[in-house]
Amino acid sequence: MVETRSAAPNDELLSRPLLVAENLGKTYGRLVACRDISFALYPGEVLAVVGESGSGKSTLLQLLSAQMVPTSGRVSYRMRDGVLRDLASLGEAERRFLFRTDWGFVHQDPAQGLRMAVSAGANVGERLMAVGWNHYGRIRQTASSWLERVEIDTARIDDAPRTYSGGMRQRLQIARNLVTEPRLVFMDEPTGGLDVSVQARLLDLMRNLVSELGLAAIVVTHDLAVARLLSHRVMVMKGGQVIETGLTDQVLDDPHEPYTQLLVSSILPP
Amino acid sequence: MTAMIEITNAEKSFTMHLQGGVKLPVVRGVSFDVSAGECVVLSGPSGAGKSSILKMIFGNYRCDGGCIGVRHGGAVIDLAKAEPREILSVRRSTIGYVSQFLRAVPRVPTIDVVAEPLVATGTPRNEARDQAGRLLHRLNIPERLWALPPSTFSGGEQQRVNIARGFISDHPILLLDEPTASLDAANREVVVGLIADKKRAGVAMVGIVHDDEVRRRIADRIVDVTSFAAAA
Repeated sequence: MVETRSAAPNDELLSRPLLVAENLGKTYGRLVACRDISFALYPGEVLAVVGESGSGKSTLLQLLSAQMVPTSGRVSYRMRDGVLRDLASLGEAERRFLFRTDWGFVHQDPAQGLRMAVSAGANVGERLMAVGWNHYGRIRQTASSWLERVEIDTARIDDAPRTYSGGMRQRLQIARNLVTEPRLVFMDEPTGGLDVSVQARLLDLMRNLVSELGLAAIVVTHDLAVARLLSHRVMVMKGGQVIETGLTDQVLDDPHEPYTQLLVSSILPP
Repeated sequence: MTAMIEITNAEKSFTMHLQGGVKLPVVRGVSFDVSAGECVVLSGPSGAGKSSILKMIFGNYRCDGGCIGVRHGGAVIDLAKAEPREILSVRRSTIGYVSQFLRAVPRVPTIDVVAEPLVATGTPRNEARDQAGRLLHRLNIPERLWALPPSTFSGGEQQRVNIARGFISDHPILLLDEPTASLDAANREVVVGLIADKKRAGVAMVGIVHDDEVRRRIADRIVDVTSFAAAA
C-alpha cells in the first residue's frame, strides 16, 4: 500500500504534459515560417523535429523556448509548482528562472552557448551561481564532476573552451546546461559540424544523460540518424507545417507522406 | 486461457509516393488470437506479409484499418489506434521483440546491451547484469567479450546478443522474427529451450521461423498468412 501511494503523485506528474503548443504560428511579413503547430510534450519524452533547412524547425524552437513571440497561438509550460502557464504571461523574473534553471538550450555552435574566454569550470559554475550557489569549493567540485560525466579530463578545468576541440566544446556546453538539473532541454542541431566519430560519442553520451536524468528534450535536426538514436517521437516539418508525426521508428520505418519518404530514402547506406 | 493478443481485420498497405503513388497492398483481414503460454507461428512464402504482421503488432508499422488488441497491465489496448506514448509504455513492459538484426549503439558494452530492458523497467543494474551474464553464458558468448560493444562481433555472435536482449525481460508477449536463422545446431537448441521456458512462464509468442524442425518443436498453432493476402 505504501508503495502505491508513494508512486501515485509521481505518476500523476509524469502523466501531465510539460509543454503544450497550441496552433502556433509565426509570419515574417508575408512569409510564413510556422503554421498551426500543436503538440504536447511529456516529462522524460524526447521529441525530434526534422526537416530540411528553411522548413521552419529553428523558428519553431525559438517560439517554444520563448525567445521569439508567436504571431498566433501559444505555448504553455508546467512550472515546478505544477501549474501550466502561458509563456507569454510570464514576468521577466519567471522567464529568467526558466532559462537559468529549468531549461537548457544547446546551440549548434558551442561558441553561442559558452563563454569562450573564461575557464571550463567557470562556464559550468556560472549556471550554479545564477541560482544562488555561493560556496566556491562546492561549485568547483560540482563543475568537476560534471566535466567527468561528459568525459572531459578534469585536468582541463581551468582552461578556456577556446582551447578545446569542437567535440569537447559541445560536451562542455551540455555540462553547462545540465548542471542545474533542468527538466527540459532544447537542442538545435547538437551534432551539426562535428566529425562522425565525435558525433557518435556525443550521441551516446546525450542518450545516456537524457535517460538517467529523465530529461524531456526537443531536438531540432536534419539528421535522421540523430532522431533515430535520441528521440521517442518525431515531427516532420516542411514549409513551416508539421506534415507527419508519430513514434520515431514508425515514421522512419513506415513513412506515409511523400516528403517523409523522400527524406528517409535519401539516406546513404554506410 | 486468456487471450493476450486479439487481432481483428487488421489491414496494411504501402503507398510509394516516390514511385508515382503506387499502392502496394500487404495484408488484409488479419484476424487471430494468441493466448498466454502459446506460441503461434506465422507461415507463408517470402513476401506474404509475415514480418509486416509482426511489425504491426509491435506498433512499428501503422495499420490502415482493423484492431490489434493487446492485454497491457489490466486492460486491453488497441495498438492500431494507440498514441505514441502508449505504444512506448506497451513496449517497455508488455511486448518484447527479438529481431534478426541488432541495431548496435556505439560504445555500450554487450552485458549492458543485454541488461538494458531490465534496467528500463526498474531492476537494479547489478541484478540485471547478473541475469544478462547467465543468458549470454547459456548462448555461448564467452565472458571475455561481455565488456566489449557488440558492434565488433561476428554476425552470429551479434544475433545471439540480440536474442539474449530479447529474452531477458519478463514481458508477457514476445515477438520472434526468425530467432534461429543462421545459428548453429547447438545454439538453435538453446533458443528452442528458451522458448520452452517462456511458454512455461505463460508468455504469449508470435514467431516467424523458416527452419521446419524448429517450427515443429515450438509451434502450438500455425497461422497461414497467405489467407490474409491483400492482392487482387
